Amino acid sequence: MPERGVAAVKRFFVDFHLRLNVKDAAGTVRMANKAAALGYRLVGVPLAAEVREDEVPRLREVCREAGLDFVSRVDLRPRSPSELGRLLRRLRRSFEVVCVLCESKVVARQAAKDRRVDLLSFPLLDFRRRFFDRAEAELACNGLSALEVDVKPLLVLEGAARVRLLSWLRREVAVAKKFGVPVVVSSGVAKEMLLRKPREMAALAFLFGLDEASGLDAVSQNAEVIVKRNREKLDAEFVAPGIRVFKEGKDC
Amino acid sequence: MKRVKRRYLALQVDGEGVPSRKELLDAVWGAVTRLFGEYGASLTGLALIDYDMEGKTAVLRTSLATLNSVKASLATITSVAGNEAAVHVLAVSGTIKALHKKTPKQL
Repeated sequence: MPERGVAAVKRFFVDFHLRLNVKDAAGTVRMANKAAALGYRLVGVPLAAEVREDEVPRLREVCREAGLDFVSRVDLRPRSPSELGRLLRRLRRSFEVVCVLCESKVVARQAAKDRRVDLLSFPLLDFRRRFFDRAEAELACNGLSALEVDVKPLLVLEGAARVRLLSWLRREVAVAKKFGVPVVVSSGVAKEMLLRKPREMAALAFLFGLDEASGLDAVSQNAEVIVKRNREKLDAEFVAPGIRVFKEGKDC
Repeated sequence: MKRVKRRYLALQVDGEGVPSRKELLDAVWGAVTRLFGEYGASLTGLALIDYDMEGKTAVLRTSLATLNSVKASLATITSVAGNEAAVHVLAVSGTIKALHKKTPKQL
């Protein structure tokens, strides 16, 4: 049945920040099954930069068995713009999604400018280091990065801390909307019981100013676009946007 | 006086233990009150219409105007009666009859 005010299209729900303990095989399977049961079709799992070679195929297989598409993600925490550049040069082609945890203003600005960065994330409880303002949004809208919001703190915090967080998130989402920066809402949880259905995530996004359609986009379309774009770029046949190797060999 | 439009939500309690009707209602009211305060909670017109302890499913009624607030509050529930739990929304409908049609197996 069509939803009120929302196009009745089958959505492809994404959780970009599922924190799996890769050493706990049983827990990984449980989390993947739970995410699939809740209606997700694609999950992003943050991995260490020096992840073992067999780890990614194993996780991909676990997710495939649960009926999920797996996206490898790396969370970078650079201390300076030059370190960010170094990390991006080294890791960009090894991971499908790159998120930068911006802990200083210079890093935040550089990450927003850099087209190799997919997601901008800010410290959740240190409000002085949340640098997503108009200048940051302007840089991000010219780049390709999206603002990532984890819902975990909204579930675990109470009282004044949650009030402040909601207030900041509302401000940042309003700025993102104004400058056309996509917002991606992720879970950021490591426990099954804190996982929520995609529509419940959209309901939580209502608390920081995303209406129903935008909330659903934040858990589906906005993330899906990033994955599609990066998979195309990482494909061996990719040359440049719109240019692909169609055929190779002597008979060309 | 304008008629108040209502919405019915089919809920599934996920977690260990089987909460009683009162414990579930306390968890829902607690979540709404924590998030929107007593004034906000008073606008929701919440009522627990039905609760099946065996299947851990429930039917909750709220006003249409506060549907989004109630859905957000339900998503913030992390424990019911001291046990870790989550309350998932299975379906939303304007009538109980249509709600049962949407979720024939669960309710």
